[in-house]
Amino acid sequence: MMRLGLKMLFGDPIKCLGLVLGVALCTLLICQQVSIFFGLLGRASSVVNDAAEADVWVMDPAVNTVDVPFPLRDTALARVRGVDGVAWAVPLFKQNTQVKTRRGTLENGLIVGLDDVSLVGVPDTFIMGTSVHDLRRTDAIAVNPAGFRLLYPGEDLELGRELEINDRRAVIAAFVEASPAFSANLLIYTPYARALTYTNGGRNRLSFVLVKAADGQAPEAVAAAVAEQTGLKAVTRAAFRGESIAYVLANTGIPASFGTVVFLGVLIGIAIVGLTFNQFIMESIKQYAALKAIGVRNGRLLLMTLGQSAFVTVVGYGLGLLAAAAFFRFGSQSDALKGFYLLPQVAVAVFVLACAIVLVSTLVSMRKVLTVDPAAVFRG
Amino acid sequence: MAVRCAGIEKGFGRGPARVQVLRGTDFSVPTGQMTFLVGPSGCGKTTLISVVGGILSPDAGAVEVFGQDLAALSRGRLADFRLQNLGFIFQQFNLLPALSAVENAAVPLIARGESAARAHAAAAEALGELGLGDHGHKMPQQLSGGQQQRVAIARALVHQPRLVICDEPTASLDAESGQNVMALLRDVALAGDTQRAVVVVTHDNRIFDFADRMVEMSDGRVVGASPAAAEP
Ligand SMILES: Nc1ncnc2c1ncn2[C@@H]1O[C@H](COP(=O)(O)OP(=O)(O)OP(=O)(O)O)[C@@H](O)[C@H]1O
Ligand SMILES: [Mg+2]
Repeated sequence: MMRLGLKMLFGDPIKCLGLVLGVALCTLLICQQVSIFFGLLGRASSVVNDAAEADVWVMDPAVNTVDVPFPLRDTALARVRGVDGVAWAVPLFKQNTQVKTRRGTLENGLIVGLDDVSLVGVPDTFIMGTSVHDLRRTDAIAVNPAGFRLLYPGEDLELGRELEINDRRAVIAAFVEASPAFSANLLIYTPYARALTYTNGGRNRLSFVLVKAADGQAPEAVAAAVAEQTGLKAVTRAAFRGESIAYVLANTGIPASFGTVVFLGVLIGIAIVGLTFNQFIMESIKQYAALKAIGVRNGRLLLMTLGQSAFVTVVGYGLGLLAAAAFFRFGSQSDALKGFYLLPQVAVAVFVLACAIVLVSTLVSMRKVLTVDPAAVFRG
Repeated sequence: MAVRCAGIEKGFGRGPARVQVLRGTDFSVPTGQMTFLVGPSGCGKTTLISVVGGILSPDAGAVEVFGQDLAALSRGRLADFRLQNLGFIFQQFNLLPALSAVENAAVPLIARGESAARAHAAAAEALGELGLGDHGHKMPQQLSGGQQQRVAIARALVHQPRLVICDEPTASLDAESGQNVMALLRDVALAGDTQRAVVVVTHDNRIFDFADRMVEMSDGRVVGASPAAAEP
């Protein structure tokens, strides 16, 4: 009986295609949007992510996202170092600034100043440049390749290029694989002291203190101890990542705009699939009536239709997923989409959604089949 | 007796718009015969055979098909009963356009849950008996009207129903196809079997010769039969 349903579906290739494409489009749209959404959320915490060695982040009590730091007193570092359970503590400076190339290209960049000695907080993948020591040379900075391509569109990565940051010279001495941040795609890593010279302002410009918990100490316990003894806010790396993401969710239009697109995607899916399915069924309603007259039970007709929906769902979803995968596969080679992936959880969730869309559309159309009077076959 | 109906009442609609179509109709169909049901347009022939075929339930009166009181069956059981015992032939053939002739003819067997292989073999055999042996793989739109109606007949007969109900089976056919279809119907549906029966509703006086018995209806009642039904 299911085979019969499929034959009926293939008997109308245009509608079959319409149904499959409807589901495919919906799948592509939602997979893509939801994955980008999570990608953006990831960017909101990428600086925290990239500083893999730090167990605890210490900041001004008013701060609730890595993107909007508030300066601490310079003495904060020493106070944190004095807390029991702290293996080491290093400063991190973070500020957005303007960067100009010799040719006059201007870009917004995020300067991250790292502990002069340990350089804790720099992403651990060096693409070019031999090691962290390259950053100790005069005016040396490390940038991410995506940022470089913003400054020098279409050019190959090259060390030694000179930039102007706030009237001061900077030389690209290394490339690091940093995830793009929420506030800028160009990331500049440099030792703390030099980072201060690249930005205006006087003393007290420490953004965060990064802490490593001593062996055998739980990060939560260390964070609590730091907070208590310094009066500053201290949270674990995971907690701060969560806070930064929550900040974006609560304070930007991102969830609303992506939510709207996903909602519209579902609506469009139901509209396309539902209307096409409905038309498909209405056009063969006489045949359904004939089948009922012959003695085919409603349950078997339902089975037949569910076979059709299963086909439409699986093939449509498969195509849509393939398209979404291709989008991210080739898209992630571009800098704008760097760090955006098709998340498996999203793929699974969208499959459930696609099933729901087709099922709703099927059941609505199916009502006509279940209620059609078999006696209708005898009427002209 | 294949069918015994007594005092059938059936109306449509409500209130002032209500039309009473069957008004205490008595109707019976003997086995081993081809019974024709004739009468002016709108007198209720289609309504009556729909009731007999268990696809329309009467407002009042009793319908017995091969001794089974149809009112005693649930909707699902009634469907099963039709699938086992009845075959339908419609004026518009109502074939599934996406299925080949063999697949169309096999539908009742597939619906019964038989394997596709067995159903298709039986369908091919039925088509062969109806002279369509070479056309089994064709789609309905590749067949002439007469051929399509023969496919519909194959579908109505493939599961060897005891009662075949036809509404204007020749109305969409030319005179010659009509004669052929009726001859085949008589030979295959009855097949000399005294336990089986055929009811044909028709306006088409060119095929009256095929009737073993004519029942005449007028204004919702059976008004005469020739020869009169021999009650056992
Ligand atoms: N489902 C329905 N709803 C309302 N009225 C109906 C319905 N079915 C039949 N009728 C009416 O019942 C009357 C008898 O219809 P029926 O189809 O039984 O006549 P018939 O004898 O088969 O006519 P014909 O020879 O034209 O096919 C007609 O007036 C028709 O309009
Ligand atoms: Mg009629």
